[in-house]
Amino acid sequence: MVQSPPETSPRTDSRRTARSRTGPIVDCDMHNYMSWTSSGLSRGGVLADYLPDRWRDYYTTFGMRTPNSIAFFPTRPRNMAARDDTWPEDGPPGSDLGLMREQHLDLWGISAGILNPIDQILMGSQFPYYSAALTSALNNWTLEQWLEPEPRLYASICVPYEDAELAAAEIHRLADHPRFVQVLMNARTREPLGSRKYWKIYEAAAEHDIPLSIHVGGAGGNPITGAGFPSYYIEDHSGYPQVYQAHVISLVCEGVFEEFPTLRWVMQEGGFAWIPWLCWRLDRAWHLLGTEVPHLKELPSTYVKRHFWYTTQPIEEPERPGQFAELLGQLEELQVVDRLLFSTDYPHWDFDAPDRALPREMPKETRHKVLAGNAAALYGLEIDDVL
Amino acid sequence: MSSDHHHGGPLIDCDVHLPTPTVDQLGPYLSEHWREYIATAGFKGSMAVTSTHPPGARSSGHERLDGGFAEAMRNVRRHCLGESESARAVVSAHYGVETMGPPDFSTALSRAVNDWMLTACRDTDERLLASINVPPQYPDLAAEEIDRLAGDDRVVQVFVPARTSKPYGNRIYYPLLAAAERNGLPLGIHFGGMSWNPPTGVGWPSYYIEEYVGMAHVMQAQLSSLVFEGAFQRFPRLRVTVLEGGWTWLPSLMWRLDKEWKGIRREVPWVEEPPSTYLRRHVKLSIQPIDAPPDGPEVMTTIDQIGSDDVLMYASDFPHEHLSDPLALLDRLAPETASKVAYGNAAACYGVPSAPEPQESVR
Amino acid sequence: MKRYVVCQTHELPPGTRRIVDIDGRSIGVFNVDGEYYALRNTCPHQGAALCTGSLLGEVRSPCPGEYRYDGSRKLLQCPWHGWEFDLTTGQSWFDPARTRVRPYDVTVESGRSIAAGREGVVPGPYVAETLPVTVDDDYIVVTP
Ligand code: FES
Repeated sequence: MVQSPPETSPRTDSRRTARSRTGPIVDCDMHNYMSWTSSGLSRGGVLADYLPDRWRDYYTTFGMRTPNSIAFFPTRPRNMAARDDTWPEDGPPGSDLGLMREQHLDLWGISAGILNPIDQILMGSQFPYYSAALTSALNNWTLEQWLEPEPRLYASICVPYEDAELAAAEIHRLADHPRFVQVLMNARTREPLGSRKYWKIYEAAAEHDIPLSIHVGGAGGNPITGAGFPSYYIEDHSGYPQVYQAHVISLVCEGVFEEFPTLRWVMQEGGFAWIPWLCWRLDRAWHLLGTEVPHLKELPSTYVKRHFWYTTQPIEEPERPGQFAELLGQLEELQVVDRLLFSTDYPHWDFDAPDRALPREMPKETRHKVLAGNAAALYGLEIDDVL
Repeated sequence: MSSDHHHGGPLIDCDVHLPTPTVDQLGPYLSEHWREYIATAGFKGSMAVTSTHPPGARSSGHERLDGGFAEAMRNVRRHCLGESESARAVVSAHYGVETMGPPDFSTALSRAVNDWMLTACRDTDERLLASINVPPQYPDLAAEEIDRLAGDDRVVQVFVPARTSKPYGNRIYYPLLAAAERNGLPLGIHFGGMSWNPPTGVGWPSYYIEEYVGMAHVMQAQLSSLVFEGAFQRFPRLRVTVLEGGWTWLPSLMWRLDKEWKGIRREVPWVEEPPSTYLRRHVKLSIQPIDAPPDGPEVMTTIDQIGSDDVLMYASDFPHEHLSDPLALLDRLAPETASKVAYGNAAACYGVPSAPEPQESVR
Repeated sequence: MKRYVVCQTHELPPGTRRIVDIDGRSIGVFNVDGEYYALRNTCPHQGAALCTGSLLGEVRSPCPGEYRYDGSRKLLQCPWHGWEFDLTTGQSWFDPARTRVRPYDVTVESGRSIAAGREGVVPGPYVAETLPVTVDDDYIVVTP
């Protein structure tokens, strides 16, 4: 009889001992996923259990409106936008805490992870009261099913962000809970984030001194580019940095930070190689056109330096050696290096591995800050051994 | 054009704006039918022009066009051409035809503006070249206009606005792209314009400054579309110029597109080479505005990251104001690079015979 | 050079794969329509378990709208970011010269020749000499 040789489990890889090599890790963007709702076909399921009667009835009768984006079914080339190896036995990627622990938190030795519930991407497409009921249900589910059983997890507060008053109410309900560490909106809003339409959200966030964030996804009804709808997922996916650029321009130019001087924004999953040139371009434009926006008392780049943080995934991958260091140097000038927050985007296909994603060109001390220290400082997390 | 610069070689100024013609100036180039149509409609020109460059905004520099048409043309000569025989300037006159629903009217206006512009060039200086208007929202009509004029030696470029309701890589534009390719004219995607959809991916901004700064991301979307939707594979000799849209964003865009392509290129299998390769081969960008601090190291780092000497082209962007002197940038470049940016790249792009070797202080 | 007996041939039928540890290296062994292949199970990009990815045909196109699908070429797509690697050579699709993963030789050998103690054949990773090999069976052998 020949014995089978040892087989490596497809989901775990014994060579990973990331934490010992990297020091502590805070993952600032990972996903839990409640249901199959984004297919628009779901009836009942977990979400229904968390909704009050009126909205459970609505949900089981009418479902949810599907966002009009090519990033959704059926053209996305990576199934559910997920890593192939993140599918639990039953349910979509991100739906199983056990698997998340095994192949993510434990495997990498992650000290703290911030959950952005995937279902939030649908919330901007629902009408206000419904969206408010759904986001409350989502937050309650995250609290009960994820945060309470797993002490390493924290979460963003999902809000019905297209209705600022209702969103503010949800912020007031949860912002002081120690495990909800930021407010979550989606990148694809109906209006640029500087719009007064959203200011009640900012007022509430400022009151609780809780960071705001946007994450890839959503569907505000606008094409993802300022040049109209593209045809392919690859354009949609690579178009996100441009959406983030538009939001930064808007938040700065419309005077949000003059009105709310303590706001902190976390730009999740939007890249960061565009920050230097955008600052240059904003400052030059302000010298030319500042009279149009007299409410701006300082150079636009000053607001960018003061109010924005960025998650690292999908990590920038410059073309030639040395260029990442050049980028870091420019970010250092703009005081952004202390505002880069490591993230994996688990379980999505464009996941970044904690031991390999940050290039060697990033100095060791910076790496430690990016992996954990910057996030610990921003969110007030207590992590052992943090620099 | 100041004379205290070291770069003594001739220049091709690839982005120069003529004053917008009035409807009266266009009259001789319109049929009687359209003249009457304009008169009865009270049409005074497209608002897309003034919303692209608000007349009083400092960035628009419209005071340089004050003093009437003849004075403006004298300024163009003085500012953009100087004395050198070899100098060239590529002029355009955005007329906002992209905003017009009626296909025949937008075509008639494109023709009239083009004929007016070519006459103005002929009457002003033989070194002026033209970037012609077409109605990009009607690609087959745009193609007809390109075919009508491409035989004129002064016509060197097809002018289209950055703002569209579908980006230019989309297959609906194939007639336009095919016409540009077969006539050897680059598609010049220029700052501004107007479309039904907002100029950002997230709705309408409030202030002009937002749209002004944000035009950089509109340009990025156009280039992503052209690459990923396969325009350069379908039209291998197609060339594209990015005008007045900035260029310091190019490295970060190339990194992002290359990264995406490595992983999900199967969706767009016609993209057989890295996106950055197509961009370097098919796209050129005008250097004004410079965006980066003109004296700092940033601008040099960015040029190095672009990774090709063949990509940037000199432009004054007359009469617009950008607070930086593009000639000063030429002075900072290695001489060989400077002469390519100043002349060679545009000469190749627009089919201008190569300039004689730089002489001492031509200007 | 050491060679490693992975398993009996019937344990790796066509359309299956097996990921084994050989001398501390994770290696994927594939049977595609009776042909055997082996690649290092570590993606050169960010280190995913490459050999757990999908096996896909090759898609190319001369221009938009035309798809040339070649099912005879086998590309292994990384389960994370989707880079494609040629199963035969380990070369990446997008940069075959510089971005590649190590391929290994796979042979089928009879138990008789293994039992005869052909030099260097280690019967079964980590179980070495104690692994009983039956002379009447065929085995898949990987040469790192
Ligand atoms: S780890 Fe394999 S493609 Fe990134």
